[in-house]
Amino acid sequence: MSGFDLSGLTASFSGKRVIGPLSLQVNPGDKIALVGKSGAGKSTLIRLIHERVNRDSSLVPQDLGLVNALSVFHNVFMGQLDKHTTWYNTVTLARPFAKDRTEVTALLQSLGMKEKLWTPTASLSGGQRQRVAIARALYRNAAVLLADEPVSALDGPMANSVMTLLRDRFSTSIIALHDVELALSYCTRIVGIQDGQVALDQPSEGLTSSDIMSLY
Amino acid sequence: MLSSPTVRTSLIFLAIALVGLLFADIAITASNPWRDLGNFFLGIVTPNFFSSEGLMTALLRTVAFAFVGVALGGVVGFLLALVYRSLPVRMFCAFVRAIHELFWALIFLQFFGFHPLTGVLAIAIPYAGIFAKVYSEILEEADPEPGRVLPPGTGNITAFLYTRIPDCWVKMRTYTAYRLECGLRSSAILGFVGLPTLGFYLEASFSQGLYSDAGAMLILFYVLIATMPLWVRPKLLPVYILGAPFFLGEGLPIVWGNLQRFFTEDIVPAPLRNGEGLAGLTPWLSDLMVNEAMPGIWHTIVLTQIALVATGIISLLAFPLISNHFGGPIRRNAGHVALVIARSTPEYILAYILLQLWGPSMLPAVVALALHNGGIIGHLIGRQTNSIKLRADAITGFNRYSWELVPRVYRSFLAFLFYRWEIIMRETAILGILGIYTLGFYVDSAIQNIRFDRAMVLILVTALLNIGVDALGRYIRRKLALQTMPTC
Repeated sequence: MSGFDLSGLTASFSGKRVIGPLSLQVNPGDKIALVGKSGAGKSTLIRLIHERVNRDSSLVPQDLGLVNALSVFHNVFMGQLDKHTTWYNTVTLARPFAKDRTEVTALLQSLGMKEKLWTPTASLSGGQRQRVAIARALYRNAAVLLADEPVSALDGPMANSVMTLLRDRFSTSIIALHDVELALSYCTRIVGIQDGQVALDQPSEGLTSSDIMSLY
Repeated sequence: MLSSPTVRTSLIFLAIALVGLLFADIAITASNPWRDLGNFFLGIVTPNFFSSEGLMTALLRTVAFAFVGVALGGVVGFLLALVYRSLPVRMFCAFVRAIHELFWALIFLQFFGFHPLTGVLAIAIPYAGIFAKVYSEILEEADPEPGRVLPPGTGNITAFLYTRIPDCWVKMRTYTAYRLECGLRSSAILGFVGLPTLGFYLEASFSQGLYSDAGAMLILFYVLIATMPLWVRPKLLPVYILGAPFFLGEGLPIVWGNLQRFFTEDIVPAPLRNGEGLAGLTPWLSDLMVNEAMPGIWHTIVLTQIALVATGIISLLAFPLISNHFGGPIRRNAGHVALVIARSTPEYILAYILLQLWGPSMLPAVVALALHNGGIIGHLIGRQTNSIKLRADAITGFNRYSWELVPRVYRSFLAFLFYRWEIIMRETAILGILGIYTLGFYVDSAIQNIRFDRAMVLILVTALLNIGVDALGRYIRRKLALQTMPTC
């Protein structure tokens, strides 16, 4: 299953309703871009959806959730901690197994940062850190991707190649994006959020960036 | 300026200390204090490293007790930190760390005797309580976000190892290394109750007037602490920890009968032991409270408050010594040496030396507490000023001190001072063993008179007093919104 029906999503901060009540039908194969001005509730919505579908999703949160003291390899490996026994994970902390090393190296190569495999993530640049979080989500290999501005710190060509990778590796995805052009080219469905409500929900085909701009 | 809460709090504490001075017994009673002080300094500059083979053994034992005690305390403390959320664990830790190492040693001496276990446990038990608190605070501060991103179904141990430990590792390592330095000081002063560490030989040299021997011992101790970064290496640590137990010395064998007697007879309050029942307990307890606990508490509080303010004054005077904002590499190097000496000398040793030179009164204790704690806070604040960037045309000299630097560091200065309040009180109580009428004096007398039941009650009172001051210090820090990292 990779489609799901989200209904009655609500969130409040200090008594003030910021999201919803809001419903969203996600069909298998949907590649949804969440757009809207900052503060509209995109991040909160991603968090709410993650709470609903936890088990089946790969998450790239806005603040990445990296363990700064661990190497790039270990941060990526964390995407599959649930697939191994405790002793296997513990040994991996000290000395990773060859099989996992090969897999993670290949993944990092596709993101253009193979040479950083053993670098602690604390010493990486913002763009590199973002790619580590993306690599972790790819390594997790869940059916659904939930990502919050996953390419905000990447330059144009890199952003495009990462978005291609995400589109090809996940059958279903919900990505919060502030870049309207990226949203139109890599997603099949655009959901516009305004004041915590769905203000737009259409296939990206036939939409132009000016249609979306009315949300901002 | 009076409207500022930090200034008002400072003035209130200053006033309390001044009133305390009226009641305190501050005097130099030795017949010729300055000649003795001169002889002592002469001893320091003419150290005699070869007088007895005992010196090197004492140094080795000091290091060995510190390593075994701190390692054991660290492991137990870490395990306790994992369950620190439970209230009974927190209370247990607060209780064991409120009792000074020397009190623990005095207790264990009664049933383990001069066995190495006495020294090891005297360090390990209070340190476990401190480690548990600090480790749990460090673990709490770990970034929670990576844990949220973990795949559901990840095991607890795996999650802990991947998301908590790496984030906390550096802080825990730094704190543990720092604690080892404290452990060396604790180990050294255990000699004063008869364990084979530095304090024992220092006391022996002093009592015979061998100032050059005492000087050599102090110098070696400073070198030992100042060179710690060189010889305490991560790769060598396993060697030290596994090797240390073999260098604790033989001591005397444990008489297990003593253990049983201690718990079933010695510490049972006298009226119960003599079959007077609960009726006899009330007069016994009120006699103890009125004649020993109350005077002890009074003197402990008076001395603590004076020492606290004196510590603050010394800190504020000392921090420019190592600050980059004032000229002169010579001053800075000399300043570093002075502060290293001040903070490496345990207050107990300082107080002991000053007491020998000046004669018994509260003065040696106040000076010792202020020098040691002022050295620590001065060092921390001085280092903090080095990260302050002043504008290029900032004023110089005393105005720079009073207008640019003190206002910027005053809050963290107060934070450190209130953090050390409880530590100063714990030390004040223990200095009573040297003959000042704080709680330690009454505990020590009770033990000398083989009235362990009274000693235990007095130690309990001391612990509760420390816990109370700790809570008050935390309350004030929270009220003034002061934050600090732990110091020992």
